[in-house]
Parts: sequence; structure tokens; C-alpha cells
Amino acid sequence: MVKFNRFTLDNGLRVIVHEDHTTPMAVVNILYDVGARDENPEQTGFAHLFEHLMFGGSVNIPSYDEPLQRVGGENNAFTSNDITNYYITLPSNNLETAFWLESDRMLNLAFSKKSLEVQRNVVIEEFKQRYLNQPYGDVWLKLRPLVYKTHPYRWATIGKEIKHIEDAKIEDVKAFFKKHYNPQNAIMVVGGDVNLEQVKQLSEKWFGPIPAGEKYHRDLPQEAPQHEERRETVTAKVPLNDVYIAFQMEGRLDKAYYTNELMSDILSRGHSSRLYKALVKENQIFSEVHAYISGSIDTGMFVFEGKPLENISIEQAEAAIWEQLEILKTTDVPADELTKVKNKTESTLIFAEMSLLEKGMNLAWNELLDDADNINHETEKYLAVTAADIKAQANKLFRRDNSSTLIYLAEKSESAEVGKSESMAV
Amino acid sequence: MLLQRKQAPESQPIDHITLLHPEHTKLANGCNIYCFNSGDAELVRIEWIFGNLRFDPSKPLLNVAANTMLSEGTKTRTAAQIADTIDFYGAFLQNEYGYDNSEVTLFSLNKHLGSTLPIIKDILTNATFPEKELETYIRNQQQKLQVSLQKNDVVARRNFNKALYGDTIYGFAGVADDFKTLKREDMLVHYKQMYQPSNCTIIIAGKIEPDTINLLSQIFGDEWSNPAEKADTTQPAIKPSNEHFYFTEKPDALQSAIRMGMPLINRSHPDFPRVQVLNTVLGGYFGSRLMTNIREDKGYTYGIGSGVSSLKHAGALFIATEVGADVCKAAVTEIEKEINILKTELIPEEELTLVKNYMLGSLLGSLENVFSHADKFKSLFVAGLGYEYYDRYTEVVKTITSDDLLKLANQYLNFDGFYKVIVGKY
Repeated sequence: MVKFNRFTLDNGLRVIVHEDHTTPMAVVNILYDVGARDENPEQTGFAHLFEHLMFGGSVNIPSYDEPLQRVGGENNAFTSNDITNYYITLPSNNLETAFWLESDRMLNLAFSKKSLEVQRNVVIEEFKQRYLNQPYGDVWLKLRPLVYKTHPYRWATIGKEIKHIEDAKIEDVKAFFKKHYNPQNAIMVVGGDVNLEQVKQLSEKWFGPIPAGEKYHRDLPQEAPQHEERRETVTAKVPLNDVYIAFQMEGRLDKAYYTNELMSDILSRGHSSRLYKALVKENQIFSEVHAYISGSIDTGMFVFEGKPLENISIEQAEAAIWEQLEILKTTDVPADELTKVKNKTESTLIFAEMSLLEKGMNLAWNELLDDADNINHETEKYLAVTAADIKAQANKLFRRDNSSTLIYLAEKSESAEVGKSESMAV
Repeated sequence: MLLQRKQAPESQPIDHITLLHPEHTKLANGCNIYCFNSGDAELVRIEWIFGNLRFDPSKPLLNVAANTMLSEGTKTRTAAQIADTIDFYGAFLQNEYGYDNSEVTLFSLNKHLGSTLPIIKDILTNATFPEKELETYIRNQQQKLQVSLQKNDVVARRNFNKALYGDTIYGFAGVADDFKTLKREDMLVHYKQMYQPSNCTIIIAGKIEPDTINLLSQIFGDEWSNPAEKADTTQPAIKPSNEHFYFTEKPDALQSAIRMGMPLINRSHPDFPRVQVLNTVLGGYFGSRLMTNIREDKGYTYGIGSGVSSLKHAGALFIATEVGADVCKAAVTEIEKEINILKTELIPEEELTLVKNYMLGSLLGSLENVFSHADKFKSLFVAGLGYEYYDRYTEVVKTITSDDLLKLANQYLNFDGFYKVIVGKY
């Protein structure tokens, strides 16, 4: 049970306070309701680039990181297709420093040209490091446009291509800030060794004077249900073949989300899961195989991924996954197995409450979705899922004409072998 | 009152950090138990820590394979039954292999310990390493190795460790053929000698009921005896390589991985906390000199950092990054510059104060819950140190001067003596 209080400032900033006096630390988590889905298709990667620029100094404070480190604090941030989330942990007696820093960058940024130039380069290197210079690193750049034809989820948070990042202009950055970074589009969670009155007073003091700004009204093209089988095969310099099969699924707010999550647990969570037992151990088809879901707000993805053993053809590998899906579609999940994944989910949620930062992020995310209090009702939603729900849902999702298959074929070239040889001293 | 946005709010130094100390019990069979009893949640984390056996270069995989395969079958349970039971009770079982120790970790709700602890006992005393599971393990590991060897940062780390530590457990960089040396009979002999009470330390953290201690003492005390032969956990002496420069060319690389550094003192040396301060200035936090120069000013990389590693029989300082292939040489030059500045210029007072506060805040912030207190103890315990280490650490961080650090840099850092590893283009 995570206890909290909530209030809203006149300018629309929503504040959630979670007191936890077992720690000497405080956490301040600010979620901005903007993600890669809100980008212009010709300027993708912008939400994430912008996240980097938020550390480039604000209107009254030239350096963000330095004063925070000076009081013993740490911070970071991440961008997803749905949100941009910033967080700080610091000794609770220096809580006000976090309010000072976060309120100033919500008020206005410094918009330095040097910062834009450098962060463009940093993000381009991030693009290379995570997406291009890794075996299979570009999978999401290929799989997303296969699954999504109209929704902005068709591009990854890093962006469609490096050029979009290279082309970012300071005017675009300013416009993006004005549109999305204001109190009405933000949710702040203050947690840890803090108290409600103190947080109320600090919030009024530092965030109260910030103009409300304009409310951003989201109107995104939604993805139409899929009715044709999609497939793409790429040959790449990777050591092993790799199979991806993605299905469109309901968004995060749909009740089916809980069924989907348990279904992915049955298939792929840990060494007692079906895919591992049947396809890695009993029938030796894959060296590794996984299923997972994207918890995105709009239409999500239910993804299967496996690297077949070298003596297994792509056809055999795909057939083996489909065979498991057929079992789920035609046979009720045994009671013990369903209890097992529910127990695991329940204990995972209990263990998650050991982490202050995780609680802070979850409160903000749940408040954005609907209501922060849902964090205390997740377990019952998982427990309510029945074997019949799973069978029905498996039949609904796992259809050929709802599938997008991406195959990586390993190109056995000389350069793909380089890593095998011992490096030489020169 | 007008809000002073340009001026940082008042802050307070961190002067006291309280670490929880464990209760210690030594069982008759020689097994030590350390208990951290704190928290309200009805759960515990229990770690069983075993010292690795002496490294045998002709059978280099025994330590890692025995640890990884502990849960792959016992005299009375199959791998699937072990996984099913652990998952059914919502528990988590992790086998973790490290350079000095191998561990088994159980996360369990208290109410299920009666069902989960016997599983641990079983895998620690009755593991059989079935032939079929061993074949699967070898084949899948060989496949995974192929993927890892395509990652420049992985190859750089392997080459670096090999140069520093040679033919020892720390320097070993396995290739596919090494798996041919892995034999079930050898694993059983290794297992019997290593996984015995006198080579075992148990650390338990969470809400510990008296019943739990009784159960632990019974299962891992009264019912667990030592074999005739003691565990040989000595290690052969380390001989660093004479060659200091290693370049592995990858003609298609978009980025090059750089890893460089040198052998250094480890945690048991009185200078270690001082070296940690020096390392933090250099590359140990987001605002470090390496990050500020090479990421934030030049934009050569998504990230660069330095670290000091402390192993039982060795220590090292290292710098690691992945940079644009075209700026690799420039990045190396900048790294050299930063090392030399540490040796020739005093660290400005303002920067040093920041680093000190950051380090103390970071230590405080790392004590998130009872598990983190147990982690702190573990790092002391494996280095053979007591809690006075952290008293000394905080004292050093608070009192060290720029003069001390200049001397320290000259005493310990020598760029020309660095081992330098590059994978990609140079």
C-alpha cells in the first residue's frame, strides 16, 4: 500500500506527496506529458533531443547539474514514445534545491546555441551506439514501421533517421518548449523524507508563479486495426538469424492489458515459462526466445523474439512459436499455471515497493494514465483475469492477419568474423 | 518577498551517515550468517556466497558453469521442477558468478520460506549437472558468445582484462572452443569442493522472523556437513602483459570502443578512499572532467566514465567509452590531457567541494533500503574489511585537499604506463 496526498496549483501543476521516513533521502520526479508520439513526422527524435537540452541551463541558472551535485544530489531522465520523465534524488534536508532547479527550467530554458550543437552531437553518438553500431540494434527502426502505418509510434524515440536530429533548429526547440513544457502538462511527485505541508509551501513558492501556459490538446491519428499479414526480411552483418513477430494489442488503459501481461508471463517469464521449457529445453529450437509487451498508452505491441539454433530453419522457428500460440488459443491455461503467474506478479509488486524512486515514477505514471491511486489496485486487476479471458484474448490477438514478422538473416561475411579472432598487439 | 531565482537556496552539508550493522551467527559447520533485520514488508533477500576455487587454465569454465547450472537439476528435482516451484511461490532465484565469489540469491515472501528454502538446500547439496542440460548450456552459451563478440565494448573489456590479468580468473576471455573442456565429472568434483558450509557465507536482509533464523540454522547448519577436503580458494599470481597497446580493427565501425587504464591498489589499501575521490573528479560522475570535456564540450560520445575496480587480489583504474570512429584519436588525446592536468594543476576549491558533497550524497542515497545496507556490508566483507572503512571513507572525503590529490595523481597515475585497448577504427 503506497499512501500519498495530492493537490493542484492554480496554474494546473499536479503535485503528489508520498511520505516515507525510513530513508534520509527525498525524490522529486517530474513527468511531462509529451513523448515521441507528439512529434512532427518530419522532425522525429525531437522529444528525446529536447530531454538532453533540459540539462543545458535554464533562464536564471546557467548549469543544472552542478548545483545539484553540490548538495549531494543525483538526477537523470528518460523519454519514451508517451512521456518524458525527469527525476532527482537528494538528501532530504536539501529538498529546496530540487524545487529551485526544476521550477526554473519549467519557467524557461536558456536556449543556448552551443548547448544545442553539442547535444545534437551527443544524441547522434547515442543513435550510433545504441541503434546502429550494435548487432540487431536497428530492430525497432524496422519493426515499428511494420506494425504501425499511421500512428506516430511508427518511429522510435531516438528518431527515424540521424538527419532529423542534425536539422534541429533553435526556433524548433523554443516552439517545442512552449507547447509542451508548462505546469498544465506536468505531474510532480515528491517522495521520501518529506512532509505534506513543507511540499505545499515549496510548491507554491517555486512553481506557483509560473504561468499556466497553453494546454496541449493531443489529437493523434490512431492506428487502424490490422487485417493483413506483414513481413520483412533483412540481411545484416549479425552472427545469428533472428526472428521477430509482433502483434497489435490494446493500449495501456484497456482492461485487456492485464490479460496480455499475464499471457506474456505464461509464455516467457523465467525458466518455468512455456517458450523456455518447450522451445529452448525440450525441443531445441532456439538458443533464446522471449515474449514481451509494450505498455504504450495507444495501440501496443505483443512481441516475440527468438534466435534459432544454427541447424534450425527460419520456417521451423516461426512454426514453433505459432504452435505455442495455438495451444494458448485452444486449451485453457491450467489453474496451477495461472496461479503461478499471478503469485509472481503479486510478489513483484510487493518487492517494487522497496524502491522509493520506483514508487515515485509509478505514482506519476498512474496519475497521468488515470489516477495515482491505481498503484494500489494493480494486484486485484491481475487476480481477476481468468483462463477464459486468456483463451479469448489469445484468439483475438494471435492471428496471422494481425502479425508483423521481421527476419534477420545473418550475412556470413569476413567482417562478421573479425570479433572471433584474438586481437593482435600492434 | 521577491523570489530569488538566481540564487541557490541554503543547503546543508551531510555530516552523518548511519550504516546498519548485522547480527552475526557462526554455525557449527563453519557457515557464517549475517542478519539485517529491518523494514515492514514481509519479505527477505537471502544470499549464499561461496569463494571461487583456484583457477585452472586448462579447465577455465568450471567456476562459472557450476554456478550457472546449479539450478539445472538435482538428485530429486528436474530443472523444470525447480523453476516451477520457485515461480509458483512468487520467489526469485538468481545465480550470480563474480570474479572472486559465486552467489545464489533468493528473494522470497516470508510466508513461503518453508517451501523455497528447501529448494536452495537441494541445489547447493544435490545438484547433478545432467548431461543433456550441460549440452544445452554449452550450445546456447556458444551462440550468445557470438553475439557478444560483435559488440565493440565487450571485446574491449575482454582484451583489457586479458592484458592486465593474464591467465587468471580475472583475465580469462573465453572463446567457443573453451566449452569443449567442460566435462560433467569435473563439474561434480568442483561443485563438491566449492559448495560446502565452511566456504559459505549467508547474508539475510529484510523483515526477519525468529522462525526464519531457526529454519536457516537447521537447514544450513545441523543438516549440512563439510566434505573431507577443504575448498582451495587461493589464486595463481597475476602477471600483467608487457604489451600495452591493443587495437582490433573493425572496418565498418561507426564508433570505436576505448578502454584504458592501469593496475592500482584495491579497497584494502589505506589510500583507496583517496583514489576514489581522484577518480570521481576524473570520470566518476556526470559532471566529471571526462564527461564535461569529451561529451558536454566536444560531443564525441554519448557517455564516458572512469572507475576503480577492487577485486580480492587486484585493483585497477579504467576509463571506458564509445566514441565516433572519426574522433577516436582526438578522444584519446583529450583523455591524456585530463590525466596530465590532474598531475600538474591543483583542483579548484569549488570543484573539490562539489565532488565531496556529491560523494557523500551518493553514499547516503545508495542506502535506499535494508538490501542496500546488506550490500555495503558485503563489499566490506569480501575485501576482509570492517565498518571502520566507511568511517575512514567519509573522513577522507570530508578532509582531503587539492594538494593531497595532486600528490596522489603523481604517485598513482601514469598515462604512458596505461594499457590502451581500441576496438573499431583508430
